[in-house]
Amino acid sequence: MSQAQSVELAAVTKRYDNALAVDAISLKIKAGTYCCLLGPSGCGKSSTLRMIAGHEEVTDGDIVIGQRVVNNDTPAERGTAMMFQNYALFPHLSVAENVAFSLHMKGVARAERLARAATMLELVSMEDYAHRLPNQLSGGQQQRVALARALMTKPSVLLLDEPLSALDPFLRVRMRSELRRIQSELGITFIHVTHSQEEAMALADLMVVMNDGRIVQAAPPREIYNAPRTPFVARFIGGHNILEDGDRTITLRADDLAVLSDAGASDARRRATVSEIEYRGVDVRIGLETEAGESLTAVIGERAFFDQPLTPGAVVGVGWRTDAAHVLTLDR
Amino acid sequence: MTNVTDIPTEVRQVRTSAPTNEPGLTNARTADPGHLIRKPRRRRGTRIAATMAPYLQAAPIALVFLIFFVLPLAATVIVSFWQYTQYSIEPALTVQNYGDVFYGCFDQLPGLCTTFRTYLSTLKFGIVVWATTLVIGFTVAYFLAFHVRTLKVQVICFVLCTIPFWTSIVIRMISWIPLLGRNGLVNQALMAMGVTDTPLEGLLYSDFAVILALTHLYTLFMVVPIFNSLMRIDPALIEASHDAGATGAQTLRHVILPLARPGILIGSIFVVTVVVGDFMTIGIMGGQQIASVGKVIQTQMQFLQFPLAAANAVILLATVLAGVWALLKLVDIRREL
Repeated sequence: MSQAQSVELAAVTKRYDNALAVDAISLKIKAGTYCCLLGPSGCGKSSTLRMIAGHEEVTDGDIVIGQRVVNNDTPAERGTAMMFQNYALFPHLSVAENVAFSLHMKGVARAERLARAATMLELVSMEDYAHRLPNQLSGGQQQRVALARALMTKPSVLLLDEPLSALDPFLRVRMRSELRRIQSELGITFIHVTHSQEEAMALADLMVVMNDGRIVQAAPPREIYNAPRTPFVARFIGGHNILEDGDRTITLRADDLAVLSDAGASDARRRATVSEIEYRGVDVRIGLETEAGESLTAVIGERAFFDQPLTPGAVVGVGWRTDAAHVLTLDR
Repeated sequence: MTNVTDIPTEVRQVRTSAPTNEPGLTNARTADPGHLIRKPRRRRGTRIAATMAPYLQAAPIALVFLIFFVLPLAATVIVSFWQYTQYSIEPALTVQNYGDVFYGCFDQLPGLCTTFRTYLSTLKFGIVVWATTLVIGFTVAYFLAFHVRTLKVQVICFVLCTIPFWTSIVIRMISWIPLLGRNGLVNQALMAMGVTDTPLEGLLYSDFAVILALTHLYTLFMVVPIFNSLMRIDPALIEASHDAGATGAQTLRHVILPLARPGILIGSIFVVTVVVGDFMTIGIMGGQQIASVGKVIQTQMQFLQFPLAAANAVILLATVLAGVWALLKLVDIRREL
């Protein structure tokens, strides 16, 4: 497999007619990183990926892969390969010929390209399906073939456009660990677009949260979860409570809230009524309405909750450690 | 109510043969009973109506085909075996008419008799017009499918393509005369530009004129099915091809053309069958100097030689069907539609 390459975006902008899809974003992705672009639909993450891939022209700014500005290069010259959202397998070609397509285009003889495709199919455990047509495969199998086809070009950067969104939840979790395994085996740079914060947190070394064509925060997942920069990030990644605390806006992780059955306890910072209880197996989610009208969510371990069970309507105190509060910068 | 025997057979089959071909996976769907929702059982009367419904829906067009296509065709085949004189047609079983069509042809070989020459000329037009309509039709369909982005503009372009069909075929033919004639616009323009001193004679009443007119008439029959095929190509496939390092020409050759094949074949069948049976265009644009099988049949009918004309028609039909059969060998239309 070829050398991993770094990817750098310098004030990259994409404008469609009058609509601004990507607004001068800058980002450095080190070689060999698993990077996830995360955001709601229409935030510009797919356009960004497609510009890196060379399937969309850059309106302004530069895309640098390795040491080279690649704005006008073809995908093959960039050394990128893309895995498409609905896999985009060629319906008229067998699995083996799909995987061997890039070699065919380079003029590699049939016997050799099919042999090399067979090796690649082994990597994704699809060697038994080499002669099938794509429409004879399940979604998960098609995805493996798409992955094999993308890796066939020996890319230094692999671009994945919502690769797991078409799979059922069970398969999604399984393919997630497979993607991670393949990335660490090959050591190449992965850039993965997703709208699922769970997927991004599970996979990414570098998580890039986007909104309205801009990058709101780019950091390792743990840093983003513990220190979301803005209320948008806190809301989007979930598990956070956003509160006005004096003149500051703070966020508290749901699992950092303590629910005190004695509403008057000295370490209670808010008095609240339990509005909802949701049992989730490993833990219990408690919906709370404070006297000031704020809605809070607390998550308490299953055992801890049933040591002192609560029922909706109970009046409780809500407390948190001072160092659990994280101050947010307001969204523009 | 919900015991297993109540479940319709096809649902039971789904349960027992649910695919577990995910490598190394226990299939999630087999564990999920949610897809085994049972359809309510219908009463017998409605079930019969339900099985009849598709036949009733197909009945009107079947009837039209039967009365206006199958019966006349059968009549043609039958009449082709009848005897005729200058003033009468008699029901009889004779292959004389077929013999007459090819009278003297086999003795003359390798020289070509009139019948063979006529058929060859007709097939030549079929092949040349097929080639020109294919190239032009594919190009137009490609443009409409991949370069015209909005449905509105696509519809406008299609309406423009149908303009030649707004008038009768005779008017359409005659309209070529002021353009291609001896003193037509083309010749005047060429002479004005100094390309030629004397007017070109071959523009009108020639093979060229016939091919031009037929191409003009029938390109649309090629555009529509090819456009339909191209529209069903996922644009991501073209990007995937580009991503794999294919050039534009390679993408055309290895992705777009194979996927457009059903449309190309359907269009080809339309064009070839229509052109091979044509006599008006070849007659008018050829200045009544170019033979065609259609013209021969028409002439024989004018002389009331109906059985002979019918025999000719049957032979032409067999030739066309052989061609269509060969084309269908290349693609499984039922699968591709």
